[in-house]
Amino acid sequence: MVHFTAEEKAAITSLWGKVNVEEAGHEALGRLLVVYPWTQRFFDSFGNLSSPSAIMGNPKVKAHGKKVLTSFGDAIKNMDNLKSAFAKLSELHCDKLHVDPENFKLLGNMLVIVMASHFGKEFNPEVQAAWQKLVAGVAIALAHKYH
Amino acid sequence: MVLSPGDKSNIKAAWGKIGGQAPQYGAEALERMFLSFPTTKTYFPHFDMSHGSAQIQAHGKKVADALSTAVGHLDDLPTALSALSDLHAHKLRVDPANFKLLSHCILVTLACHHPGDFTPEIHASLDKFLANVSTVLTSKYR
Repeated sequence: MVHFTAEEKAAITSLWGKVNVEEAGHEALGRLLVVYPWTQRFFDSFGNLSSPSAIMGNPKVKAHGKKVLTSFGDAIKNMDNLKSAFAKLSELHCDKLHVDPENFKLLGNMLVIVMASHFGKEFNPEVQAAWQKLVAGVAIALAHKYH
Repeated sequence: MVLSPGDKSNIKAAWGKIGGQAPQYGAEALERMFLSFPTTKTYFPHFDMSHGSAQIQAHGKKVADALSTAVGHLDDLPTALSALSDLHAHKLRVDPANFKLLSHCILVTLACHHPGDFTPEIHASLDKFLANVSTVLTSKYR
């Protein structure tokens, strides 16, 4: 089980308080679909994903990005027990959505990059390390119920 | 995953903007990697890992210089990086998984310092570039 120190929790929650969830979710999901185009396989119903500008301008990408990142916010409230916080979502991603858990790592890294671009120097190496731990913990929790 | 003409032009433009900062960014990317992915430190047991360490600065410059060479030879990375490829295969033998970790930290560093230029398109091209460099560096492993 992932354990976060007080400093790590502070690094995470202080930045999270300043995040625009809708905007960051949109950016992170959009970049996932642009940088790793094979991830578009899960989003056939999203319409036009034919170019970076189509992807970044797609309203379904924006809406889904917000949904995903709102859920991420729940992780931050439950850092000491990510596995149980994400148990139901893990089952969903396995049984209904059939998402390879490798994708959780890719999205986690996109979120880290979005945080870096928004916060610049404030997203220093120590802060990044705390966030890497969080996104890795979420990825593991989301994969935990796979069978 | 081949670099398109668009990718090559994005990569050259982005690297041009980085200019003389490349060695400093190389060092920062290493520092980020050592902190976020502590297993990567196993390849540097002899390093002073403190912030600003001379060894990290020097190694960051080495990494940056190699990438600058790569940017200048996008049409023939295997030839341009042949010596480094031999080095990594026969002497350093860094596990291939680690190249993704350093590549990610390089992108994070660039996103921090050049957020306005680090558009999704540039991000994608740079990610492909670093993946290609990584492939070349591990190409002679077995």
